[in-house]
Amino acid sequence: MLSIHDLYASVDETEILKGLSLEISDGEVHAIMGVNGSGKSTLGHVLAGRPGYTVTSGSVRMDDQDLLELEPEIRSRAGLFLAFQYPVEVPGVTNLEFLKAAVEARSRHYGEEPLNASEFLKQARGICDAVNLDQSFLRRGVNEGFSGGEKKRNELMQMMLLQPKVAILDETDSGLDIDALQVVADGVNSLRAPDRSFVVITHYQRLLNYIEPDYVHVLVGGRIVRSGDKSLALELEEKGYRWLEDEVA
Amino acid sequence: MSEQIDELIKQDYEAGFVTDIESETLPPGLNEEVIRFISARKDEPEWLLEWRLNAYRQWLTMTEPDWAHVSYPDIDFNAISYYSAPKSMEDKPKSLDEVDPELLATYEKLGIPLHEQEMLAGVAVDAVFDSVSVATTFREKLEEAGVIFCPISEAVKTHPDLVRQHLGSVVPVSDNYYSALNCAVFSDGSFVYIPKGVRCPMELSTYFRINEAKTGQFERTLIVADEGSEVSYLEGCTAPMRDENQLHAAVVELVALDNARIKYSTVQNWYPGDQDGRGGIYNFVTKRGVAHTNAHISWTQVETGSAITMKYPSCILKGDNSVGEFYSVALSNNHQQADTGTKMVHIGRNTRSTIVSKGISAGQGSNSYRGMVRMNPGAENARNHTQCDSLLIGDQCGAHTFPYIEGKNPTATIEHEATTSRVSGDQLFLCQQRGLDAEKAVAMIVNGFCKEVFRELPMEFAVEAGKLLEISLEGAVG
Repeated sequence: MLSIHDLYASVDETEILKGLSLEISDGEVHAIMGVNGSGKSTLGHVLAGRPGYTVTSGSVRMDDQDLLELEPEIRSRAGLFLAFQYPVEVPGVTNLEFLKAAVEARSRHYGEEPLNASEFLKQARGICDAVNLDQSFLRRGVNEGFSGGEKKRNELMQMMLLQPKVAILDETDSGLDIDALQVVADGVNSLRAPDRSFVVITHYQRLLNYIEPDYVHVLVGGRIVRSGDKSLALELEEKGYRWLEDEVA
Repeated sequence: MSEQIDELIKQDYEAGFVTDIESETLPPGLNEEVIRFISARKDEPEWLLEWRLNAYRQWLTMTEPDWAHVSYPDIDFNAISYYSAPKSMEDKPKSLDEVDPELLATYEKLGIPLHEQEMLAGVAVDAVFDSVSVATTFREKLEEAGVIFCPISEAVKTHPDLVRQHLGSVVPVSDNYYSALNCAVFSDGSFVYIPKGVRCPMELSTYFRINEAKTGQFERTLIVADEGSEVSYLEGCTAPMRDENQLHAAVVELVALDNARIKYSTVQNWYPGDQDGRGGIYNFVTKRGVAHTNAHISWTQVETGSAITMKYPSCILKGDNSVGEFYSVALSNNHQQADTGTKMVHIGRNTRSTIVSKGISAGQGSNSYRGMVRMNPGAENARNHTQCDSLLIGDQCGAHTFPYIEGKNPTATIEHEATTSRVSGDQLFLCQQRGLDAEKAVAMIVNGFCKEVFRELPMEFAVEAGKLLEISLEGAVG
């Protein structure tokens, strides 16, 4: 599904990713862990095609497509979703308009009939309920005045509506209390499917108690230095990252 | 990010076609003979000719204003033609069927169907093509309600007392350089009278179009809402693409008598010039309304066109408890310059005014809000709230705010809020990551920014304004 090979990328001419390789198959959940500055979030943004993130070498394929060739919006329509660590506000644009525009961009791209307005509204309301957001959120500006937890649930709502093939969660747990974390994890777990993969970027093992990964990778200095199953996360919880960094050094 | 934005700003002007019809156009130049010609062509009464000549003589003594935050080369007023009429108007059409099909096709292209479509829309349209009013639809239905809606040149003859009483009563002849010029050479425009207690049964609408090269358009609109009446009026404007600049200097006067309500909405899409700033309309317009006791005047404008705009739709809140509102979206893309805002003059007690201004600058555009709020000594308990927001797209544009606040009554309240923000890379990327292309994303973000103003527009205009903004921003991000 997603195949990253020897990826080098830089931001403002500083090299952040230095030869990262990762194979993700259908239906798998991969956790990416590491300290600040190890390149975790950069990986998410590079995959999503954020302007300013320059790939200097390496390749990324998604479903036999060269992902790096595609514009960010085309990557999205092809099924790549990035849940942001800090979702930005878009004042005056209601959630409903935003979601509708996103869904319509997809159906137009694939030459499908657009969903009719009442069907869409029904679906959006159902998803609101599922992520425990009041339906009035649909009429509010995108993330406008939302609390940290509400913003994360809003990201989840978008993900549920867009049904991606590969979902990248960028530190979705940051700033969440335990109840909100549970809601978000439940939402993610409900989306787990044989044809959908997840890349869960996190500092802490805590999130992985709720979203159980198939694989755990540790990023140090822009490369994966250790991979394992979920027990690796527990080991990190216990021993910290230092021993791995020392090993690499 | 800024490169991305630069590329998106390139766009085509959709209303830029020229209609190939024969017209009678005066050679360029301005003198008393020209004014006499215009007046004679319109078969005007003597008092109006004298009024024009008086205005012209005053204009000769005046100088062009230079206080606005815009720059353009000197205008040669003798290089402009002051009268142009489609030739088929020589024998004035008695009904729509007699209107030159080319002309009607022009309006069709502009999306202003004069026939059935607007029956459905329920909008009565007066279309002004270059200098002459072409067709006014729905007159019979309006007449039933006692509403007068006709070209002002006609009203001069059919309702001389009304016109004479109110013409120049809100914007005096010598008010400013361009209003004086307009008084001297105004070509045509619309006249509206709503009788006492009547709520106008439909939206009234005028479309203005400049077609001929080297002509100026100087239309004049006068709306009188008698006591307790109510009217909503829309105007739209377009012009073909031409390399030279064209002058549009209109005057709009609103008279809202006791307890009357006037809502005046404008979607202005004059040709803005090309990407290098060649051509485009100079839109120097004077708009003002006077509100008597308990009367309500609301201006809503969406200004996306014109190379240069200087325009300050204003309210004189003369009567006690009168209300003035100004809702504005002004977009400056490429090399466009807009200096626009309002004046709220509080004279009566308990008068209220609201100003919501949304300025959008993209490309190398310059957008200035210039607004005056004055509380006269007698304006007991008067209130004003001003909200003035600027949105920047890219890093080569400019936004400026020039508020003038004069409080001469200690019980009056004046509030001014201002914000400046930009379309951020984060917002754009969020939208793109959800599948929207950058252009769509910018349009959506800008539409969100303008929402408070669009809400004030009649529904079909709000949709049109949203689309217009989207077209005007094409190329603003890449």
